[in-house]
Order: sequence, then C-alpha cells, then structure tokens
Amino acid sequence: MSPLATPRVAGLSVDGDQVRRALRDAVVKLHPRTLVANPIMFIVEVTSVLAGVFWIKGAATSSVATNVFAGATVAWLVVTVLFANFAEAIAEGRGKAQADALRRTRADTVARVHRDGAVLSLPSSDLRVGDLCEVVAGEVIPGDGEIVEGIATVDESAITGESAPVIRESGGDRSAVTGGTRVLSDRIVIRITANPGETFLDRMISLVEGASRQKTPNEIALDILLAGLALVFVVVIVTLQPIAGYARAPQSIVVLVALFVCLIPTTIGALLSAIGIAGMDRLVQRNVLAMSGRAVEAAGDCSTLLLDKTGTITFGNRRAVDLIPLGSATVEALAEAALWSSLADETPEGRSIVELVRAIYVIDEAVPRDATLIPFSAQTRMSGVDVAGRQIRKGAGSAIASWATSIGAVIPPDLTAVTNRIGSEGGTPLVVADATAVLGVVHLKDVVKPGMAERFAQLRAMGIRTVMITGDNPLTAAAIAREAGVDDFLAEATPEDKMNLIKSEQAGGHLVAMTGDGTNDAPALAQADVGVAMNSGTQAAKEAGNMVDLDSDPTKLIDIVEIGKQLLITRGSLTTFSITNDIAKFFAIVPAMFATTYPQLRTLNVMRLASPHSAILSAVIFNALVIVALIPLALRGVRFRATGASSILRRNLLVYGVGGAVVPFLGIKLIDVVVTALGVH
Amino acid sequence: MTTNDLVHFLVLVAALALTVPLLGRYMARVYEGTPQWIDRLALPLERVVYRLTGVDESAEQTWRGYATGVLAFSGISIVVLYAIERLQGHLPLNPGHVPGVLAPLSWNTAVSFVTNTNWQNYSGETTMSLLTQMVGLTVQNFVSAAVGISVAVALIRGLARARTRTLGNFWVDLTRTVTRVLLPLAAVAAVILALNGVIQDLGAPTVIHTLSGAHQTLPSGAVATQEAIKELGTNGGGPFNANSAHPFENPTAFTNLFETWLLLVIPFALAWTFGAMVRNRRQGLAILAAMTILWAGSALSAMALEAHGNPLLGPGVTQRASATVVGGNLTGKELRFGAAPSALFNASATATSTGSTDSTSDSYTSLGGGVLLVNMMLGEVSPGGVGSGLYGMLILAMLSVFIAGLMVGRTPEYLGKKVQAAEMKLVAVYILLVPFVALVATALALSLPSARAALTNHGAHGLTEMLYAFVSTSNNNGSAFAGLNGNTTFLNTLLGVCMLLGRFGLIVPTLAIAGSLGRKGRVPDSAGTLPTDTPLFATLLVGVTVIVVGLTYFPVLTLGPLVEHLVTHA
Repeated sequence: MSPLATPRVAGLSVDGDQVRRALRDAVVKLHPRTLVANPIMFIVEVTSVLAGVFWIKGAATSSVATNVFAGATVAWLVVTVLFANFAEAIAEGRGKAQADALRRTRADTVARVHRDGAVLSLPSSDLRVGDLCEVVAGEVIPGDGEIVEGIATVDESAITGESAPVIRESGGDRSAVTGGTRVLSDRIVIRITANPGETFLDRMISLVEGASRQKTPNEIALDILLAGLALVFVVVIVTLQPIAGYARAPQSIVVLVALFVCLIPTTIGALLSAIGIAGMDRLVQRNVLAMSGRAVEAAGDCSTLLLDKTGTITFGNRRAVDLIPLGSATVEALAEAALWSSLADETPEGRSIVELVRAIYVIDEAVPRDATLIPFSAQTRMSGVDVAGRQIRKGAGSAIASWATSIGAVIPPDLTAVTNRIGSEGGTPLVVADATAVLGVVHLKDVVKPGMAERFAQLRAMGIRTVMITGDNPLTAAAIAREAGVDDFLAEATPEDKMNLIKSEQAGGHLVAMTGDGTNDAPALAQADVGVAMNSGTQAAKEAGNMVDLDSDPTKLIDIVEIGKQLLITRGSLTTFSITNDIAKFFAIVPAMFATTYPQLRTLNVMRLASPHSAILSAVIFNALVIVALIPLALRGVRFRATGASSILRRNLLVYGVGGAVVPFLGIKLIDVVVTALGVH
Repeated sequence: MTTNDLVHFLVLVAALALTVPLLGRYMARVYEGTPQWIDRLALPLERVVYRLTGVDESAEQTWRGYATGVLAFSGISIVVLYAIERLQGHLPLNPGHVPGVLAPLSWNTAVSFVTNTNWQNYSGETTMSLLTQMVGLTVQNFVSAAVGISVAVALIRGLARARTRTLGNFWVDLTRTVTRVLLPLAAVAAVILALNGVIQDLGAPTVIHTLSGAHQTLPSGAVATQEAIKELGTNGGGPFNANSAHPFENPTAFTNLFETWLLLVIPFALAWTFGAMVRNRRQGLAILAAMTILWAGSALSAMALEAHGNPLLGPGVTQRASATVVGGNLTGKELRFGAAPSALFNASATATSTGSTDSTSDSYTSLGGGVLLVNMMLGEVSPGGVGSGLYGMLILAMLSVFIAGLMVGRTPEYLGKKVQAAEMKLVAVYILLVPFVALVATALALSLPSARAALTNHGAHGLTEMLYAFVSTSNNNGSAFAGLNGNTTFLNTLLGVCMLLGRFGLIVPTLAIAGSLGRKGRVPDSAGTLPTDTPLFATLLVGVTVIVVGLTYFPVLTLGPLVEHLVTHA
C-alpha cells in the first residue's frame, strides 16, 4: 500500500492518535508568534488575555456570581482559540501522517555514479544534477532523473499507490523516473535532474505536510474582509464604553470582550486554514499533487477544459461495434470469418472483434486445426487466416479491394458506400473477404467512455466549456465530439494549435485547464491556468504543469475542477454562516448588557434567556462550540452539486445564510438552559 | 396610516416609476457623449467653460488624475467658500448688513456645502448675506452634487470598460452634470415651485405690523431657485432655518410631494444610468430594486410609526387620525402636510443624504426618529445622495458578490470583473471608515462635558441627538435632529472633520476601485457565473446592507431610540 493510499477514505477519518496529536498542537499553536498568521484568532487571544487580566484585577471586589461568570467567560474565550487551533491541527495531522510515511521511503540509498570515467558509490544525498547513475533490478532509484540508457520495469507504488509496475525507457515520453521508486527488472542509466532536497518526493512531503502552504488569492482577499469586519467591531466596542457611560450603563471589560469576540467572524476565522489544508488534502486523497493552492483555486475558476480525446474521452483504442454483411453474405458468415481472422490477432482491434462476435453472435468458435495465421504485413496491409481451404483476409478497404480484384473475388457494389459512411461517422471500416467474395465490413470506432456525455452536461451546467483535442481529421473528430457531447473540438491538432487555442481562450477572459504528458505538451501546460501533468509523462511536462496526477488518469481533470469549486464554496458558505450568526448574538448579548440600567430591554430578550450572565456566557459558549461542530464540514467540504451558479447560490444562501441566522437562536437558548442548570446566574 | 396616506405614497412611487427610466437613459447618453438634442444648448456654454479653464475635452484621466481633480476642485471650493463667508460683511449683495461669519462656523459651513452634506449650524436668514447664499452656497449645491455624480460615473466606467487605465475626464463630467442635468432640471423645478407659491425675489425683507401689534420680519430671497437645487442635488441646506417646513420654501401639500420627488429622482435614475452604461438593464434594475426595498421599507415604517402618538400623553388623548381627529399625531409636523407625508418626506430626505426636513425629527416618536437614523447608518444607499448613493450601493454589491460569489465556487466577479484582494482592501476601507468616524466622534462628544452641554435633552433622547448629528455628518446627509446646538467651536470643528472624512475618505477608495476594475479584463458570463441581475441578488444586497452595515450600530441604537421607546411604552 502506498503511503498516500492508506488514508484514502472519503470524509472525516481521524484516529485517536491524530486527535491526541492535534490536541497537543492546539495548545502549542497558542503561541502568539504562530497565531499571528491568523489575524482573527490572534485578536481573540489578545482580547481574552485582556479580559482575564481585568477579571483577576476585579475578582476580590466582585460577587461570587460575577466571578463565576467572568471566569467561565474568559475560559471559554481561550477555548475558542484552542478550538480554532484544533481545527487547523486536525487538518494538518492527516497530511503529517502521509508525510511521515513518505519520509520512510526517502531513506538514504547508495548510488553508483559515473564520474570522470570512474564509478563511485555515493550516498544519494550527495548526488548533483547531471550525475549519471546506474540502477539495476532490485535497487531503489536514488534520485529524480531521466533514463539515458536502457529500459526497465519500475515499481512506483511508493508514490502512486498503484501496484502494477510500469515500463520506463530512454527517449520519448516515458523516460522520467522518480527517486524512491524501485527497479524491478533490467538495468538503466539515469541522469539526475533534481538535487537532493528538491526532488519530487521532497516536494510531495512538504506539500502534503502543508509546510510550503501559502495563502491563496481568494484566501488573502477573504482575510482582508474578515480583518476589516473585525476592525469595525473594534471601533464598535471601544466607542461603546463611553457611549454606554453616558447612558449610565458602563460595562465590564469581560462583557465587552465577550460581545466583541461573538461579533467578529470567529467561525470562519477559525476554520479558514483548515478548509484550505483539507482542500489540498482532498486532492492528495485522489492522488493529485497541486504545486500550489493557487492552482486549486484556479481549477474552480476554470471555464474551459481542454481534454485529449484518446484516453480521456474515448478508450485508448478503436473497438469493433458492428458487422455489416455485403452482397450475398449472411451476417453469420461475416461473423465467422471476422472471428477466425481475429483469433490470433493480439492487437486491441483484433481482440475487440472477438469480444463483439462472442457477445452478439452464436458461433462455434473452434477454429479448424489446420489454420495458418497470416500476420499483418506492411506490404499487403492485411492480416488473416488460411483455414479449411479458405483464405480469409481483413484489412483496410483499398487493400482488400485490390487483393479481391487480383484473385477475382466478387466486390459488392455498395462496399464503397458503406466504408464511406463509416468514415463519415468517425469510424474506421475494416473489410473482411474470402477468395470468393468480399463478405462485409467490421465497423471499428473510438468508443466514448460510458458516462462522459453526462459529465460534460454537468460541466456545461456549471458553466464550463469542454474542448476535445485530437489528431483525427475534422470529420472523425466531429463525429466523436457529437457522441461524447463536448462543446467544441480541435482536430488535427499540433502542439502549436493547442497553444494558440489556450491563448485565444485566455484572451477572451477564460481560465483554461488541460492535461498533458509529453515534452511537446510542456509549453501548453505552462501556459494553461491549470496544467495537470501525468505522472507517467516526461520530466519537462511535470515541471511545466502546476499539478501532477499520480494515477496518470486524464479524466481526473473534472474531479480537480470540482474540488477547486468545493473549496471556495466551503469558504463562502462558512463566511456567510459566520456573518448571519451575529443577529442572534446581538439579541442575546446587547439586552443582557444593559438590562441592569434599562430593565425594559427584556422585550428584546426574544430567546427568554435566564439572566444577563447566562445570556452572555451562552453566546460565548455557542460561538466556541460552533467551531467544533463545523470542523467535519470544513474538512469534508460543503457538498458540491454540478449545477448552475443560480441554484447553488439559492441553496447555500438558504442553508448557510438563513440557517446561520436561525441556528444560533436555538443553540444559545439550549446552552442557556444548561448553563443556568449548572448554576450561573 | 390612512388610505389617503397610502395613496400619497403610491402617487410618489408612480411619479418615480414614470420619470426614473427617462432620466436614467438621458443621463447615460450625457456621460457616454452620445449626441442628443441638448447639445445645441449645452455645447456653446461648455466650450466657454473649457476655454476659460483650459480643459482639454477629449483628454481622459486615470483614477489618480480623476481623484486629483476631485480633491483639487473641492479643496479650492472650501477655501473660496470660507473666504466669502468670512468677508461677506465687506462684499456686495448684503441687504441685511450681516457681518462676516466666525471662523469655526465658516469652516463647518464651507466643508458642509462642499461635501454635499449641508449641515447647517446657523439660520440662513440671519447669518448669510445674499452673496454668500447665491455665489457661495447655491453654487456649491450644484457643483458638490455634480462631483458626487461624476465619481459614480467614473465607477460605472470602471465596470463598463475593460483593459483601460482611464475613467473619463473629471472636469468634463463635472461640467456636463451641471449644464445638462442639474441646471435644466433645477430651472424647470424652480418654475414649478414658484408657480405653486415658493417665493423668488431679490428684495430686502419686509417688516410688517401684525394684528396683535407685533413687528414681524418677512424674509425674502431667491428661494424657488435655491429650493429646487437643494432637493434635486440631495443637498438640503435651505435658505431658512425652518428648512422645508417654512411656508416660503414649501407652501402646499403639492410642493411637499413635488420636493420629495425631487429628492429621489436623480439617485434612483442613476441606477438606471448604470444599467444603460454597462449595457445590461437588468443589472441596473437589481440595484434599483435593492434601493427601492430599503427606501420603501423605511418610508412606510416611518409613516406607520408616526401615525402613533406619544403614550405619555395619556389615555384620554386620541392621536390617531380619524374623522374626528384630523391629522392625528401632528407633534412636530406642519398642519399643511400632515403626519404621514411629513414622515415620507423626512424618511426620503435621510435616505437620500439630503439634509432637508419638513418637520422636526426631534419630535418624532422614538422609533420613527430611529428609522431616520437607520436610513443614514446604512451608508446612504437607499437610494442615497446623488452619485454617492450609487457608488455606495455598487461597493456593497461588490461586498455581496464577494461573500456570495465564493458560495458558488468561483473567484467572485461583478459584471465580469474579478473582485480580489486589491478591491477587497478598498471595500473594507469604505465599509469601515464611516462607522469609525461616526462612532468615535459620538463617543468623544458624549465623554466631554462641554460637548454634552450642547444637548437640550439628556438620557436616551440626548444620546440619540448626539449620535444623529455625527451619523448625519459622517454620512454627508446634513439632516439635523435638532436638540443639539452645534454652533460651538468644538462641535463646528469636529462635525466639519466628520464631513470631510466621510466624503473624501470614501471617494478616493471608490475611484481606486474604479481604476483597478477598469484595468481588468472581463470574464465572460456563463452558467457558472453568480447572477447579479436577479431578485435573489437584490435581496442578498439588502441583507448584506442591513446585516454588515446596519448591525454595526445595533448597540448604540439600543441605547438610543430602542431604550427610549421601550421606556416610554413600558
């Protein structure tokens, strides 16, 4: 099992160890130097210390009831910060566990290095870019590099979690190897492309650990808004004391701090970094490494997806989908001929013909014993079988036609019409004949992966345009594009075309996401706003992109977009929740504050909270508890539905806006009942 | 509220519904430079202005250039107005032989009129000469309004344009606003007012002997012309101390309704102009709808609240309007207008950053007065002052887009412009500044015994009076609650500072946002875009305005109007 694969469980899965570690970290994070990175929580910490000081200073002269109230309030204010730290720690904890596992695979290995004509044995930590290392079967590859000589099967499960070995060879698009993976067979020579400490594994460790986490653009903007709101409430509270003084209702510092902390957006402030870390983590769970949070956010913003046809939209190979008998041949005769001629054909097309015939037609598939297989040759452009005195051949229309003409077989007049029709539908006609006549045509086509049309429809509903990139001719491309339901296609695409398409989309204000693996994809990957490189691809591609998919599954681009959106939705929803919460807190605290001076204010005590003390304390406790209650949501993310912005907005406004206004009324009332029962009055 | 009152309200709504689209469309053409009929009249006049001032009509300005223009123009205006006030005793057109105004009051009044606040710590008929009124104050009534509209137009251009550094030319926008919007409308309005009994002359005051043998001075002056621009430019600084309650400013129920319409028409129409200039009428309608919801809500509540009387008058006194009790709760209101139309006028005046008043807010019911206060606290966006209402609402729209935009899973964008850290920083400054100024100044004034002495009432009502003054000036409204003698050195100075910060502290970030948005490219609309032209968005905008801006004042509102209401009704 790969270290990344271990915790690959959707949603919240934390074990006791992680919780203990997070609890410890939550306390450690109280240090102002670390807490200052989170302005909202920092200000809560500072003000709660202030409240604590004033409580202790006045404790001797206050009543027991006041001291109980003030002490409990200060304690809960500190708990608020602890809960926020806990949220962040628990999010980080999952990454740390993965990082630890990855670190174990980074254990120092000995590399055999060719330097100055000699072979030296050096620890992998002494390798430098450009070193040539020899690695043989059973050894661990000492560092990131490119194969310059040889071919080998490599076990990359340490990184990808995929147990099946992959083939890596010099030259071409499969030459990159990653340090920490193991060579299973053969011998290769690699040129080191990354210094120790900068390797893929190192970057992965720091990414999953969140060590290199930087705030993303939207996070920064949100931080500014939250700081602005906090500042407004600093003004509100600081000026409230003299104004309340005029109204002969001066307040204790503890009460003012309590009101302040309840009004500033602590909920989102506490969960903001946990949401960010969890978002990155969700990508890691799906074996995607984003080089920056910025890229994840950009994925949510993407409005154009460039998808390679082969492997993403269609299965990699053409498959037989239909048999069309011609002339006097029956469909059974055609099926039998097609089956026999394909049984020994190990190409994917050949296998697909066997599958089709077995699935649809009832045919005795035992091939007569004296069959002679005729392999495909570049000269004849046909393959086939000689069996029971019959010569059966299959191949491209023109090749079979000239063979049939040469041996005098009958060519049905509608052959050209049928092959043309298949071609125009984006398929490839494969003609089957024997020595007497052309029997019919096998319709081979690119088969669109199931469910693609629905996914593209969902993307369209989300406002994302899909463009299929293919080397096929426009006719074929159009047919497949139509079937798959993509919005547009780029046929006979060269890397330059791809690049131009990205640039023109970007000039129109679109953000473009794409996948790629080859070296010639690198410029486009770099140009795209989100470039997902396949892990199987070249080093150049991986360097150029801003994400790497360890599973090398291009379809995942769609998941990445959804994760990016989910990240923003979670932030926005909790911000809204945090802001609308204030209504109830105002109604809990403000009447309570001034109740001594103006008992008439009890009319505003709509929750019928027991006493001013219990009301204020309940609001503070609710404010702290709601953070814990929302940790699972912050880690899991708000559920994303692939629909248009209007319906997402309506739903989230209802749940988090209206919900945020209503829930605290209930929550504070409930806590008030408990707090009163416990003797606060 | 009686059926009559409701009809009165609906007539006003109908008049607005008819005129707002027409004026909105007209203004869009003015600011886009589309040729139209008024060119024949306005162009020659404008050319003279440009030639005299050396303005290149075709030169465009960056946001910095635009802001520099606004600040330079306003700065010079303050200095000139201050000088006129101080020196009016030595200047012509002073039939009443009033002496020069003292320094603190001159400062306060100069800032007040240049910032489109029109807070008045004096009574016009006894303090200002005709020259000061005409050349100083009335000119500012035009140009300070034009500055506000120009800034709003610059922000619209920032949203409407893409990949450009320029936002138009401040001097051209300023001139066109005066020549093509304010002057023609004010001229027509002045004639209508004069025809309905508002006085208009240049003579000296008339002294008459009343039947009871007393001497009474009947003031005179170019009132109809001043009155028109006073309402139209959401200024509010009236020639008389009694403002629109004075029969020479506002003689009949019709002029009262007409003046209410004048207050509202440009601020609402600018929302339409916005829709027209961004080539998306629905976007303008959404802004217009949010403004309307807030305005109608506050106007109807004020009208309903003023239908009740003061419970302290006791059970024997009927204060509700009925067949036998004509007019109902007329405390502080003019008999000519009645309770509900007065409440409608004052609610509209506070909602449009107009300092006008046709009744005494200080005598309103606690909650009725509270509604007026809340109107200003919302930041003057319902529909707000000319220009300032629109740019305030657009800033709130960006804030709403930011909060809600994240909820649909995209970097928030408004009209295809991404709202990012740079804009949020400025939006945060915009949202923060006015509560900061208003609350700090209120707290300061309430802590100083000398400032407290300026209050005529104490307790919750006194708190409301002080709060009202600073909320009014910080929001550039100018509405006076009364009950506070603001003409002290301390209050003149502090109120002046509030007005200055509340005006230019918002205009500069607004123009910076306009500049930043103008430079950005436009993200094309798609199904993934947060729709900002729907009823849902208008509702959201109202919600954000009330919760984010309004709730800030909840504690002080509790100590002021709410406590007063609860105590009197206990």
